[in-house]
Amino acid sequence: MANIKELSKLEERFSSGHRACSGCTAPLVVRMLMMAAGETPVVVGSATGCLEVVTTIFPYTAWKTPFIHSAFENSAATVSGVETAYRSLKKQGKYEDKDVRFVALGGDGGTYDIGFQSLSGAMERGHNMVYVCYNNEAYMNTGIQRSSATPKFGETTTSPVGSVEPGKKQFPKNLTKIMAAHGIPYVAQGIPSMWNDLITKFQKALNCGGPAFVNVLAPCRLGWAFPSEKAIQIGRDAVDTCVWPLYEVVNGEYKITYKPKEKKPVEHYLKQQTRYRHLFKPGGEKAIEEIQKWVDSEWEKLKRLAGEE
Amino acid sequence: MAKVLDDAAKAAQGKATKRALTGNEAVALAMRQINPDVVAAYPITPATEIVQIFSTYVADGLVNTEFVAVESEHSAMSATLGASAAGARAMTGTSSQGLALMWEMLYICAGLRLPVVMPVVNRALSAPINIHGDHSDTMGARDAGWIQIFSENSQEAYDNLIQAIRIAEHPEILLPTMVTMDGFIISHAMEVVEIQSDEDVRKFLGTYKPERTVLDIDRPITMGGLDFTDYYFEHRRSIAEPMINAKQYILEVAAEFEQKFGRKYGLFEEYKMEDADYAIVVLGSTAGTAKIAVDELRAQGVKAGMLKIRVFRPFPYEEIAEAIAKCKAVAVMDRSDGLAGRGGPVFGEVRNAICDMEKKPITVDYVYGLGGRDIDVEMIKSVYSDLQRIAATGDKALVTYLGVRD
Repeated sequence: MANIKELSKLEERFSSGHRACSGCTAPLVVRMLMMAAGETPVVVGSATGCLEVVTTIFPYTAWKTPFIHSAFENSAATVSGVETAYRSLKKQGKYEDKDVRFVALGGDGGTYDIGFQSLSGAMERGHNMVYVCYNNEAYMNTGIQRSSATPKFGETTTSPVGSVEPGKKQFPKNLTKIMAAHGIPYVAQGIPSMWNDLITKFQKALNCGGPAFVNVLAPCRLGWAFPSEKAIQIGRDAVDTCVWPLYEVVNGEYKITYKPKEKKPVEHYLKQQTRYRHLFKPGGEKAIEEIQKWVDSEWEKLKRLAGEE
Repeated sequence: MAKVLDDAAKAAQGKATKRALTGNEAVALAMRQINPDVVAAYPITPATEIVQIFSTYVADGLVNTEFVAVESEHSAMSATLGASAAGARAMTGTSSQGLALMWEMLYICAGLRLPVVMPVVNRALSAPINIHGDHSDTMGARDAGWIQIFSENSQEAYDNLIQAIRIAEHPEILLPTMVTMDGFIISHAMEVVEIQSDEDVRKFLGTYKPERTVLDIDRPITMGGLDFTDYYFEHRRSIAEPMINAKQYILEVAAEFEQKFGRKYGLFEEYKMEDADYAIVVLGSTAGTAKIAVDELRAQGVKAGMLKIRVFRPFPYEEIAEAIAKCKAVAVMDRSDGLAGRGGPVFGEVRNAICDMEKKPITVDYVYGLGGRDIDVEMIKSVYSDLQRIAATGDKALVTYLGVRD
């Protein structure tokens, strides 16, 4: 459990002045991550993407902690190299005896798609690092193209809604479960709207002593198309509808960390986002029904994995 | 193989010693002596042995290296780059498709000014898939911002790799460096190699102490940021600068190497060039074959010479122009093709070098040896007789494919 009073006393290692959109949740993910680290040194690597672009425009940087970006598909591999250097230098007495943590960041494009191999490899090799996916469910940096994290019927610029196509035609792949299948010590799903839950998960990830993966849904006001002040509320709706369940997998054991008191219908979540506006025109009911069925079935499967049924 | 390596490793504990080694074994042995902090690598024929042998050194505790068996060459270069950014002396090794897969990261490694050193075993590029030696792979990386050093034989591969560490890490250079040798012809052929002692090699190399790293917690840096139109051009220009200036430092390192270990290296090697009328310009293992052709022709009274390029990046334009200025005709031997009817990349560079000279030799290109196709003394001699005819008649084919069936 995170204590907001204590956390607020920490020096911010991610500064204001970056160029993220108003209402962007990616910086919140980073700030909560740095809060979770407390005073422990953290070296951060990032894939190419919104976050990297808005925080490192030369000659400025928003990072008050060491930061490295090299390319799009290799955040995990790059940080695995940094972490290996740390182990090697420390073992040889060439590096001071500081306890350092290593974090690799990537959007869903850099994590689910192009960086998937690099992520899988780094996790399998057992590097002591945390991979954090800030998942805004499309390639937002290049202008809202579909990824394998984009939800079914979500409209993007490469899954446009047309007279014969309904938006994206596939459900997203379940990367969190895929990472859990790697048998690493800690895997979780979180969202900045539930700050305490997320910071606690980051704390566990940073201190699990091995590779960890945290998939964070990061509502994107530009790509999902909602008013910027709604970002936190929409995130809450994502968990209250069970579209984005909050859970963790600790050494293979699934545990749901938040159960909505009353599971809201998906319609409530979908209707606030312009990417689903076509579902609220005549004929869209069937699609909403299909989403509801999928969400229900995924939620039931998760409950079974967590031993709740 | 294990026995030979074990012997060589033991022998190298004391003083300089001679052992029969393949190119891959010599390079792996050099890596053991370099003792990098991190090696991240992925297997690929014909370079696999290098990492395979090196990982036995790791398994036997003969090095302090943390070895990362990554899941691709792209990740090999990414992890090596990450380790270098963290202040480690970091190495990898590859060949052909592996280098091609690294291509994106090669540019980034140079752009971040990280002194990664990488042996590359030259191999043809697909398609068709072919595992044998030609220079298509490294030529594709020639503008990536890496220093490129070619080796004629195992001895040179060993010596060049050791010097490469000093070159890459030179404070006035700080550019990644690749050392190449021809696939199978050198990587798998056994020859006598003189090995220096571990102690001497380590003394020669010194320690690596970068100014800033991403492990410097108290002085955090942001590495790999975004440049718009206001800075990108200046930053790219600042990579060209050390590359252009590298020649003098490469020669300084070579001079120190010669003084310590007795073997002489330059930007290129001239063989019987002083009074040569007819010369060929060549890279890699073919130089050894060409020397025999030159000797035989000299015995017949033909003023033949050969220039073997060692440092392809930075390309020694002025120096090569001067070296071939007095020749009547020069043939450039390209073991890769530009596929555009104007020869290979070496030809382009040599022509560029002599372009502004008032009196220059006639130059022609020979594309040869693709996919490991053999080149022998007679074929090279046929190039010299072409040069004699061309010089006499002026009648030339700009580009000839040598040793290919029609």
